[in-house]
Amino acid sequence: MKQLVVLSGKGGTGKTTVAAALVELAGRAMIADCDVEAPNLHLLLKPEITKSYTLNVSRKASIDPERCTRCGDCVEACRFEAIREFRVERHACEGCVLCARLCPAGAISMEEPEGTEVFMGETPYGEMVWARLAVGEEASGKVVSRVRMEAQAAAVEKGYQLLVIDGSPGIGCPVIASVTGADLALMVAEPTLSGRHDLLRALETAAFFRIPSLVCLNKCDINVEEAERIKEECASLGVEVVAEIPYLEELAEAARLCMTPLEVAEGEAARLLRRLHEKVMERIGLPASQKGTLH
Amino acid sequence: MVIAVASGKGGTGKTLVAVNLALALAGEGLEVRLIDCDVEEPNDHLFLQPEIRSSERVELTVPRIDPDKCDLCRICVDFCAYNALALAGDRIMVFDELCHACGGCSLLCPREAVREEPVPIGRVECGLVKAGKYGGADISFCHGILDIGEPKATPIVRRLKERIGEGAVNILDGGPGSGCPVMETVRGADYCLLVTEPTQFGLHDLRMALEMVRELDIPHGVVINKYILGGGGLDTWCAENGVPVLLRIAYKREYASLYSRGLNLVEEVPEWRERFLRMFRKIVPNKVEGGARA
Ligand code: SF4
Ligand code: SF4
Repeated sequence: MKQLVVLSGKGGTGKTTVAAALVELAGRAMIADCDVEAPNLHLLLKPEITKSYTLNVSRKASIDPERCTRCGDCVEACRFEAIREFRVERHACEGCVLCARLCPAGAISMEEPEGTEVFMGETPYGEMVWARLAVGEEASGKVVSRVRMEAQAAAVEKGYQLLVIDGSPGIGCPVIASVTGADLALMVAEPTLSGRHDLLRALETAAFFRIPSLVCLNKCDINVEEAERIKEECASLGVEVVAEIPYLEELAEAARLCMTPLEVAEGEAARLLRRLHEKVMERIGLPASQKGTLH
Repeated sequence: MVIAVASGKGGTGKTLVAVNLALALAGEGLEVRLIDCDVEEPNDHLFLQPEIRSSERVELTVPRIDPDKCDLCRICVDFCAYNALALAGDRIMVFDELCHACGGCSLLCPREAVREEPVPIGRVECGLVKAGKYGGADISFCHGILDIGEPKATPIVRRLKERIGEGAVNILDGGPGSGCPVMETVRGADYCLLVTEPTQFGLHDLRMALEMVRELDIPHGVVINKYILGGGGLDTWCAENGVPVLLRIAYKREYASLYSRGLNLVEEVPEWRERFLRMFRKIVPNKVEGGARA
């Protein structure tokens, strides 16, 4: 099974739209939405939920005021300054358990926050895994790992050849969890000053984890000079720009209507997306699907 | 006062709002600090071209085990909540990238076999943005930059927040999403601006951001960027949910083009200066009333 991760550096570049198009063109793929902080792919693919469960990944300390003797040992030990006035500020607590371990009065216990939910569902193009974070859940990297693990296991079990991962923005913990071990990263970038900056950081991150990258320039006509600059920089890095998709109102419209791009796109947009699909499949070493090659 | 800018997702225009608000306020002569807390992809500097005057490394202290002192009692391994330590054969292995640097292992080790060693995870740079087109005051500027391949952004955000200035208007530009680094950015702010866009995605992510600020109990209001007539249902949704819409920035090719070239709305299109100032005035009474929810 091959794993394709779609990344964008920062959001708003059309990553989810492109991911949805690739899923749709693949015809049959396992899908993981690893953008757990802003999961949007399910809004387009509208999976029917088949299974869900609650996941607890982080813990928070809590002090029982009845038992606390105000000795201050916990305050001193906590490196995250999460204990003020002998109360735990939940959002700062990293759940290391040191305070609970050290408290001589046994006043500190660890609590699990409201559960994060993991969903599995059926879309017309294959099965999908996604999550909804609990409010205050900070361990998003761990949730990403879980979503990926579920998708990988299901893909292997059901004989999928392709897993499409909609990655997280940024370069930190959740994106590392979505990118490591993937066979190919497709970067969706837009030609703006900040877009170029973010793309380079994302490319460096993929290279750091030895994941080969391709670039899809989206809205490539909104700033022609920046688009040229991105192409030059990609060329000097030996990264292929496999698609240049202009700003097309029909794609924006599809996103607004919450439809997948190929439900709406015709002509130019559809042709460009099919071409992108073929190139990506070729690079990842899978045959382009019938759906993808039919014109 | 501290104004945080958050968005639930990326690409909605957080940077645009943070940078333009800073420029508008500085143009009035106010003391402004802009702190870019999106340490994974900091962009504010691209729009402000600050003169960087200081740069410091941010380090985390991770454990190193002295094999001569360690008797493999496993106390550290069993304690570590993040599985950053593991017993492998006849030695304890340390996985730096899992360590949160809580210091528990070194504190609890009965044989003093754990030493803490600083490892770099990124840096904090600070400088000055010279007064813009409208004169007024310089903006003091800071941003953090996470090293490539390094998962933990939050400690850098924490370090950045040490730069918050007492008498100044501090504008904290947060990263996308509502995960750890963003929570850390927004925590303790006097006001949070939630930037969104009129699509189903925007609404979905606004909901998550809203849950976050409500959980943290921070007064907040919404900025709708790429505004189209009717607001894609966002106006109604905000009204129904009791969230004030403070500013609407129309979807215009001209604005997108300015942004793509790193140019700023308040400097290029003068009426925006007044609009950002008006938005600020809507926020300030909340502060005066002692942080009552907007
Ligand atoms: S260590 Fe325990 S008893 Fe001492 S101040 Fe903290 S909670 Fe209270
Ligand atoms: S569990 Fe760790 S981070 Fe949380 S309050 Fe206790 S010492 Fe601080």
